[in-house]
Amino acid sequence: MRLEVDGQPLDAEARPGQVLRTLLRENGVFAVKKGCDAGDCGACSVLLDGTPVHSCLVPAHRAEGRTVTTAAGLGTPEHPHPVQRAFADAGAFQCGFCTAGFVVTASALDRAPHQDLDHALKGNLCRCTGYRSIRDAVAGTVNVDGDALGASVAPPAAMRVVTGHEEYTLDTTTTGLLHLAVLGSPHPSARIRSIDTTAAAALPGVVAVLTHADSPATLFSTGRHQNRADDPDDTLVLDPVIRFHGQRVAAVVAESVAAAERALSSIVVDYEVLPAVFDPLVAREPGAHLVHGDKHPETSRIDAPERNTVAELHAERGDTAAAIEKADAVVTGTWTTARVTHAALETHATRGWLDADGRLVLRTSSQVPYLVRDEIAHIFGRSRDTARVFTKRVGGGFGGKQELLTEDIVALAVLATGRPVQYEFTRADEFQRAPLRHPMRVSVTAAGTADGILTALHVDQLMDTGAYGNHGRGVMFHSVHESVAVYRCANVRIDAQSVYTNNPPSGAFRGYGLGQVIFAVESAIDELARKLGIDPIEFRRRNVVRPGDPIRTIEEEPPTDIAYDGDHGAGQVLDLVASALAATSDTVEEGWLLGEGTALAMIATIPPRGHFADAVVRRLADGFFEVEVGTAEFGNGSTTVHAQLAADALGTTPDRIRIRQSDTDVAGHDTGAYGSTGVVVAGRAVHQAATALAADPTLTEARGHSDGASRSVAFNAHGFRVAVHPATGEVRILKSVQAADAGTVLNPEQLRGQIEGGTAQAIGSALYEEVLVEEGVVTTSTFRNYRVPKIGDIPPTEVLFAETHDPLGPLGAKSMSEAPYNPVAPALANAIRDALGVRPYSLPISRDRVWRLALGGSD
Amino acid sequence: MDLIEVEGMRVAGSRADLVLGPGEAVLGGGTWLFSEPQPGLRGLVDLTGLGWDPVVAREDGGLSIAATCTLAQARDAAGRFGTAAAVVEACVDALLGSWKIHNIATVGGNICLALPAGPMTSLAGGLGATAVVWTPAAEGTDGGERRIPVADFVTGVRSTVLRPGEVLRAVEFPAPPAWVSHRRASLAPLGRSAALVLARRDGDGFTLTVTASTASPRVFAFAHVPEAAELAAAIAGCDWYDDAHGAADWRRAMTLRFAEELRAEARAVEAQP
Repeated sequence: MRLEVDGQPLDAEARPGQVLRTLLRENGVFAVKKGCDAGDCGACSVLLDGTPVHSCLVPAHRAEGRTVTTAAGLGTPEHPHPVQRAFADAGAFQCGFCTAGFVVTASALDRAPHQDLDHALKGNLCRCTGYRSIRDAVAGTVNVDGDALGASVAPPAAMRVVTGHEEYTLDTTTTGLLHLAVLGSPHPSARIRSIDTTAAAALPGVVAVLTHADSPATLFSTGRHQNRADDPDDTLVLDPVIRFHGQRVAAVVAESVAAAERALSSIVVDYEVLPAVFDPLVAREPGAHLVHGDKHPETSRIDAPERNTVAELHAERGDTAAAIEKADAVVTGTWTTARVTHAALETHATRGWLDADGRLVLRTSSQVPYLVRDEIAHIFGRSRDTARVFTKRVGGGFGGKQELLTEDIVALAVLATGRPVQYEFTRADEFQRAPLRHPMRVSVTAAGTADGILTALHVDQLMDTGAYGNHGRGVMFHSVHESVAVYRCANVRIDAQSVYTNNPPSGAFRGYGLGQVIFAVESAIDELARKLGIDPIEFRRRNVVRPGDPIRTIEEEPPTDIAYDGDHGAGQVLDLVASALAATSDTVEEGWLLGEGTALAMIATIPPRGHFADAVVRRLADGFFEVEVGTAEFGNGSTTVHAQLAADALGTTPDRIRIRQSDTDVAGHDTGAYGSTGVVVAGRAVHQAATALAADPTLTEARGHSDGASRSVAFNAHGFRVAVHPATGEVRILKSVQAADAGTVLNPEQLRGQIEGGTAQAIGSALYEEVLVEEGVVTTSTFRNYRVPKIGDIPPTEVLFAETHDPLGPLGAKSMSEAPYNPVAPALANAIRDALGVRPYSLPISRDRVWRLALGGSD
Repeated sequence: MDLIEVEGMRVAGSRADLVLGPGEAVLGGGTWLFSEPQPGLRGLVDLTGLGWDPVVAREDGGLSIAATCTLAQARDAAGRFGTAAAVVEACVDALLGSWKIHNIATVGGNICLALPAGPMTSLAGGLGATAVVWTPAAEGTDGGERRIPVADFVTGVRSTVLRPGEVLRAVEFPAPPAWVSHRRASLAPLGRSAALVLARRDGDGFTLTVTASTASPRVFAFAHVPEAAELAAAIAGCDWYDDAHGAADWRRAMTLRFAEELRAEARAVEAQP
């Protein structure tokens, strides 16, 4: 059939059952993205004869004789459509993966039945921005400005992103590409007795079928850290033991996605179904099914496989029992949090091949290409120089791509077939196979005296790390650190336990465990202040750490790698939020109740035990400069700041800086884009290199290095005013304000975007989002059954910056990407508590739960 | 998404093309069909090739809406629904999918999908519409048709009265009611319906239709606007649906609340001179 795409004729054959999205992408039209492949996210929006549709739902044969316009057809970087210009000027994207679909939809808004954006853009999901900047784009508000350090410089990729020209992981054509599909286990706990792949291997188009017999025997962890010993070695590329529903059983490599997927049902597997355990409270008890009972505690680095315990901590400083005994008020309670999916719009995906030198090359959607390279070398027993891993622009991460989920099996398939192989997660895979946010059960006892002093804090945390221990140690230790260390408290006890179950694996997620525990601690602190008759903000002012205080929980000796020096950011953010809430007031209709709530969060600016970045800056012949830096761009905006930092040091402008990034062939080493380190570690290395180059005109290039050894802390406070309708459980956010202690603000618009985006993601997990799992089986595996906030769900958030300067960060900057998430849920819970007189204990605080609370029930 | 097992795509040009082979199914808009893997589906017959007139006026003052009428076309025709115009628009908006989906999704497809939250089921069920079903041809005949109230057409979650080979041809809406109003609950603003309650008056009668909070539509008809207790007692016996879009106890409470609000609204309208 013939159709017209972006002004060009296209002759293509539509396969029965094919949709327009894949037909376009097979023909190199990469401005059409896949976010869900189910019509829920809008990333694949195109105009069909001028009418906006989701191309993933349009049967391809219906495009015959019609015109298709994608974002790339609306305009080019040189000649953008006015809507594209507006999105760039408003700074209306972060990762930008949703942007092509947004601009297509926004370009046709005059055809929408409702002009209000809550309706008109409800078919487009953005996980990064929190939507304010997208509203600004539609309104024509210009937010980017200037080229100086400290100005809201536009991202270097802006015009390419808004016109659909920016390359993401799979936006390129590879000749002879094979596709990989995975057979998932139908059982959450089983042993594979036998697999017969004969019939599958004989099907047309099938090139290879891989099973545990083909798997390297090296145990590893999908979770990646600078120090690989941070995660337990408990995973195989293909394992004969099944520990969660959907775990890889076998993989088919074939000439097409369809051929690979069709062959899966021809693989004959004989399973021995094993007992399973799904409740972490049960999993840690004697007699529970042992998920990794076959592992050695020392070689796999699992604290107690015989108790399903990946890691645990039981320690005390001072005497909490005595302090509780003597206190004037004591609050105790147990809070629970839900499984949440990152919902990065670009799913995990890897394309791999062998280059001319026989090197294994992996082009992947990862936050940590260097760490992936190192681990692939480890798993396959190769030297690091025989593998190259790189990313293009990454379509969102939020911690979910600090994992090795697609690269290992692609590597296996490339090495087995010698041909290029691609493996792309579906959205359902993201819910069922990619790690989710650790669900936690957190009991807190907080005690204080009448003079408003917090005298005891006992946190007892239990987290479900699922079937594998990726991030199961790190998240546990982090979750009970800054959440507790934020207060000066003489008596602290911590019990924490990270346990295996046969549920889907949990993993790294923005905040790295802090958000869950801060929800509990800040709820308890709010309640304690109420009991003592002290304003909760004032109570926090009296007890929060002050500059010079040690940052510690149960340690007798203050740690030496982390310090709170300089300005009192904590005090400032509390004051800013208190003033902002006091500056306005609201009234509500009859039947509605008003409430206000606040919460405070602290986060270390860099993860512990080293985070490394190398950078190279060199002069180019044309007066430009080239920066090599390893860290990845996935919407964090660090690339913009790197250009600003380099330009500032070199006395030039960011448009003269060319950046080569996130490729193991550049720069040296980079630990990667996690722990909010893109500015404070990688940026510091870039600035150091640029400064060295500027200082010596005879140099053609200079190197920088940053080790993240010395760490600081940053603070965020959030305040909400809400109206709650007890009769229906509806919660309306009337005012939302966050104050951030980000040190020197290097790019105000980007920083504001990080805070708004973190707030929006946290409103999602506070009010709406929950991945439901029944007997180990995920029952919510589409966006229509899992509420990622839409534009109408997110109110504006007033963003305020503390005036602080961090002696450690580049030019005084602190990290600020994970942190904004952390105070949101407890601030909302405290506001709902204030309105309703009853405290929520479970996330999400959904309408049905609020309604039940208002009736006097439990949530 | 691509439906990987589909090997044939036929565009129907006449009713004779609707005789389905093994593994074949009819394709309306496709917005649900292409949104999930469809194991076992081997072929599709595209109904949109039949060129059915989306909205046809009926002699009784009602409208016949083709099964292939898109939600966008239904909205465009809202004014022709008279007193029900606002409810038509509200039900189109109640679809979780946006106006881009309305451009493709069909009224018939939404009803045949038979999800509790299906807003076209709410609309057609609540307005007393009738499903016109084409029955398959026996040897040497053209096939016939049968009619069934939409509220009875959907029998449960993903379950309808359609028998193999039958195709929903149209939905016949009666002349607009004297009065109609609705209420809707969702866990999120503009979210998927957790309860959609629609009430109408035809003459003295008062009919309340509960959808989304029950697996299939529940219709409660009264000769007059009932007393509060009478209405509540009638509704209270429903089996309440429970899924990711709201807990059963909350859905029950919202349904009862809405029913009472609608009853009071009908009374207030009745009291007007």
